Amino acid sequence: MNRQEILQGLHERFPEDITNVFEKSAKRVYIEIKAGVIVQMAQYLFKEIGARFNIASGVDNRDNMEILYHFTEETIDLVISLRVTLQKTKLEIDSLTPVFPAAQWIEQEIHELLGINFIGHPQLKRLLLPEDWPEGVHPLRKDYKEWDPNAIRDRGV
Amino acid sequence: MPRTIIPIGPYHPLQEEPEFFILTVEGETVVDIDLRMGYNHRGIEKLCERQAYDQVTFVVERVCGICSTSHPFAYTQAVEDILSVEAPPRARYIRTITAEGERIHSHLLWLGLAGHFLGYNTIFMWCWKLREEILDVMEILSGNRNNYAMFKVGGVWRDIKAEDIPTVLKKIDSIIPTLEKLKKAVMDDPVLHARTKGIGILSKEAAINYCALGPTARASGIARDIRKNCPYGAYAEIDWEMIVAQNGDVFDKVVVRINELFESIKIIKACLTRLPQGEIDCGIEDIPPGEGIGHIEAPRGECFHYVRSDGTNRPVRHKIRAPTFMNLPTFKETVIGGSIPDAAIILAAIDPCYCCTERMAVLNRKGEKLFTGEDLIKLSQEKTEKIKSKMGRK
Repeated sequence: MNRQEILQGLHERFPEDITNVFEKSAKRVYIEIKAGVIVQMAQYLFKEIGARFNIASGVDNRDNMEILYHFTEETIDLVISLRVTLQKTKLEIDSLTPVFPAAQWIEQEIHELLGINFIGHPQLKRLLLPEDWPEGVHPLRKDYKEWDPNAIRDRGV
Repeated sequence: MPRTIIPIGPYHPLQEEPEFFILTVEGETVVDIDLRMGYNHRGIEKLCERQAYDQVTFVVERVCGICSTSHPFAYTQAVEDILSVEAPPRARYIRTITAEGERIHSHLLWLGLAGHFLGYNTIFMWCWKLREEILDVMEILSGNRNNYAMFKVGGVWRDIKAEDIPTVLKKIDSIIPTLEKLKKAVMDDPVLHARTKGIGILSKEAAINYCALGPTARASGIARDIRKNCPYGAYAEIDWEMIVAQNGDVFDKVVVRINELFESIKIIKACLTRLPQGEIDCGIEDIPPGEGIGHIEAPRGECFHYVRSDGTNRPVRHKIRAPTFMNLPTFKETVIGGSIPDAAIILAAIDPCYCCTERMAVLNRKGEKLFTGEDLIKLSQEKTEKIKSKMGRK
């Protein structure tokens, strides 16, 4: 499938849910979508087109949060990034882990580092942070402050 | 049969890295496995948000000692993607040479360790002796045996001198006969066959679902190599082959890595003989607002960086995804059902790298610090100002 066919297929299947398409270059496409369709869209890209899930990047924009789900279609050298914006009042989104297990760890990581809740994740436990790290402190947020003044780990040294 | 839990870690006795495997066993058979990690988590992604673009190159170089080229390579690709520029041809060739040198030494390191894990120390000694030659080559080319510091946004820091090329070519040629001998010894060895054939099979379907990368995926019959699929550097201009094996067991992972050594040697030799003349840096000054993705094939698989810029001198978000992050969860498929001694080699077969996965960077000796975070920010700001005033810009 070539680039135009993929984009057209996405538009046909999800006519209401794509808010913006930004074709950055020949190898990169950023698609802004509504948070509700992430599972269906990821399923379409992963299962039907056969794109590989690279990773998800959570971004704190101070007034809202973003998750970018990066997919690579290797046969045509194209990285498709699905962009979802979440309001800080409602930081939750459906989990992709039931669709493919590759999403499990990154969702755990985003959950602990940015505090986004993934609905339907089978095991939303800690991945990287230590057990004595307090609940509700998310180090990758922009408003993060050290919770322990004696700790070396969060000084960035 | 009663179930017993065998803890391996938090300091892994074999892999000598901090991770904690919890094996649930019934007799000799592993029935469940869990992993606790994060002992090395230092928050590199947060640290990168506090550094200027040029400094981030050096920070990500220290994500991992072994893939000290992969991370800066992916990072510089990502920043160049923001600007939609490409490094000059000579710089792309030099980058490719550095990356392939790293692949050779990393694969040899893994092969030696795999022999060591199986209690076969002859392979360990042999591989690591061979690896010394490659480290010497890298020292000639970059001045360092590891952490080459070659990469900068828009090019490379250091050129390859024309008078070094014959020495390097001779040195690389000199290891080929030993490597051939090693390949034959490893492929024909009955002990290795017994310990690795049919062990820890990762099926093609599971590899797709877990999005496995690099040699782990290629041993399971997936033709997935970023160097071929999404060419960067000089890979599109050079003739080389992707190595794919079909069985997905530990032995095939060994086969893929050994054969890749020869391809890497081929790539380095071709790059050195066809090294184009010209600039090594395209002189990038400011990074405009935007976002960029860089992905490259590290020795262990695809290394993925996402960088977002808001127009200041440092990234607002820098996401790093090391290959082990995707490869490690496949242990659920490969270890369960095997025996305890097999678990050790299966867990090692993906060539895990925990410091990459957890993105640890700077060593901390008993809490003594040279700089605090604020000091580094201050230093970084002062330096940027100094450089800008030197260049006559505000």
